[in-house]
Amino acid sequence: MYRSLFPHDMLAELDRLQREMSRSFDYSPSIRGMARGGVPAMNVGGTPHSVEIYAFAPGIDPASIEVHIEKGVLVIAGERASALPARETKANVHIDERFSGAFRRVVTLPDDVDPDKVTARYRDGVLHISIKRRETSLPRRISVQ
Amino acid sequence: MNDKTDVSRKEESTAGTQATLTPPVDVFEDATGITLLADLPGVPKDALHLHVEAETLTIEGEVALEVPEGMEATHAEVSLPRYRRVFTLSRELDTDQVSAEFRNGVLTLRIPKAQHAQPRRIEVEVA
Repeated sequence: MYRSLFPHDMLAELDRLQREMSRSFDYSPSIRGMARGGVPAMNVGGTPHSVEIYAFAPGIDPASIEVHIEKGVLVIAGERASALPARETKANVHIDERFSGAFRRVVTLPDDVDPDKVTARYRDGVLHISIKRRETSLPRRISVQ
Repeated sequence: MNDKTDVSRKEESTAGTQATLTPPVDVFEDATGITLLADLPGVPKDALHLHVEAETLTIEGEVALEVPEGMEATHAEVSLPRYRRVFTLSRELDTDQVSAEFRNGVLTLRIPKAQHAQPRRIEVEVA
């Protein structure tokens, strides 16, 4: 039952390899970067009215997640305890892939967001942060006199 | 795992045809059984499908995020809306007694060992 030297799940291994390769090649031109493969994994999107950030952080007490915005930078930090049995117990660990420990991720926000209008919700292990854009930056129709 | 027939039909339609993400897992074993933890963030409880057939355990889940209307994704690390992972169980595990808990995107499965495979202490009788 120990982990095989020759993994039979080749697709899972390829997936892992691809993740690691993209981690080393996918550099961002931004000085604060937007490196992939960090913890938690993130999806970012936008609408004309808001910026939407989804952080995939399963198994964390919502109260312990720290989210703050400072000078246009969003920081998500927290910690996830290891679920593995303590070393002293008579349990064998066969697979250990899940992340444990402290994490911290930083996202540079666009200039037009309003840091006072933020909502953060944690549901099904996903932290969804929605930041409204400033009204002044919304597209407007200018009437011709 | 009462809705086995329903789940198995579902599996036939998705198996092998759609790309899926492989959820990371922890698996550990003690004297009475195996515990499996899997990270499936973004999957609501009703979109998680667990399926045990013969000695194969299949974990599948569909991601459902609250997306505001007209959102354009600019950066996606979780790029597929589906998780799937298959495990081969061994004979001494009692697949009828599997218990599952799903909370905050973490699935915890407990698969006990069959009664005959559990360690027993044999009392020595002194004549």
